[in-house]
Amino acid sequence: MHQTALYRTEHFNAAHRLLCHDWNEEKNRTVFGKCFSPNYHGHNYKLTVGLKGIPDAQTGYLADTKWLSALIQRQVIDYMDHRNLNLDIEEFKILNPTVENIACVIYNRLRPFIENTIDLKIELYETERNRAEYPATW
Amino acid sequence: MVFLTRHEFFNAAHRLSNPHWTDAQNEAVFGKCANANWHGHNYELIVTVKGSVNTETGFLMDVKVLSQILQQEVCEPLDHKNLNLDVPFLNGILPSTENLCIAIWNRIEPHLPKGVQLHRVKLYETPRIYVEYFGPLLNN
Repeated sequence: MHQTALYRTEHFNAAHRLLCHDWNEEKNRTVFGKCFSPNYHGHNYKLTVGLKGIPDAQTGYLADTKWLSALIQRQVIDYMDHRNLNLDIEEFKILNPTVENIACVIYNRLRPFIENTIDLKIELYETERNRAEYPATW
Repeated sequence: MVFLTRHEFFNAAHRLSNPHWTDAQNEAVFGKCANANWHGHNYELIVTVKGSVNTETGFLMDVKVLSQILQQEVCEPLDHKNLNLDVPFLNGILPSTENLCIAIWNRIEPHLPKGVQLHRVKLYETPRIYVEYFGPLLNN
């Protein structure tokens, strides 16, 4: 069997604002512009979770997609959907919830549940034209 | 008669809750959309106008003008804003996609050039949910 990549896509909707807690209001406004808007704004996030490894010889599966879907639902969607990322999500109490950082947080929430022999990659669209990948390469 | 359509986008936070109801009622009706700390969407707005083609320009209307109306009347006041808190023309309006569509219609309609009619405001809240409004005069 050869190395194969398997992907599952899910969606969640959330509010956020971008700011660096070490900066004053003026600097945050200069750097983050309308993304710093005090009463938050929001996005429909599109999340693709990729797994890479060698499929099982008997099942032909790298992973059962139903299992992967349930894992993403439990670890990411139930946690972030219809939430305020800055206020409701522990990881973003300090960390700025940029699309880059959200991708990294999602990676860390999924990695412990995936076998060590399988690589994990997160692709997160914030809008149709903005997306982050973590890690940057497989 | 021809129809002319323009797409625009804005990203905003909101929550669905009726201020006259208790938290429990809001939770029962609106579920996770009632989250007190807001959530948000990438909204896609599709506006269609209709009328006759001007024989000299070949235009129903200049799409740049339509774009400017949509930017000024809809996208600038709504983009990267909280629809419950930041938008004067939504004061007292529960920002469901239905109500947003009607409010957007009312913002755009007075600014269209003479002879150009607003036909439809279509608003996607997510790629799988949208609302259409054809104006107050549509019967059935």
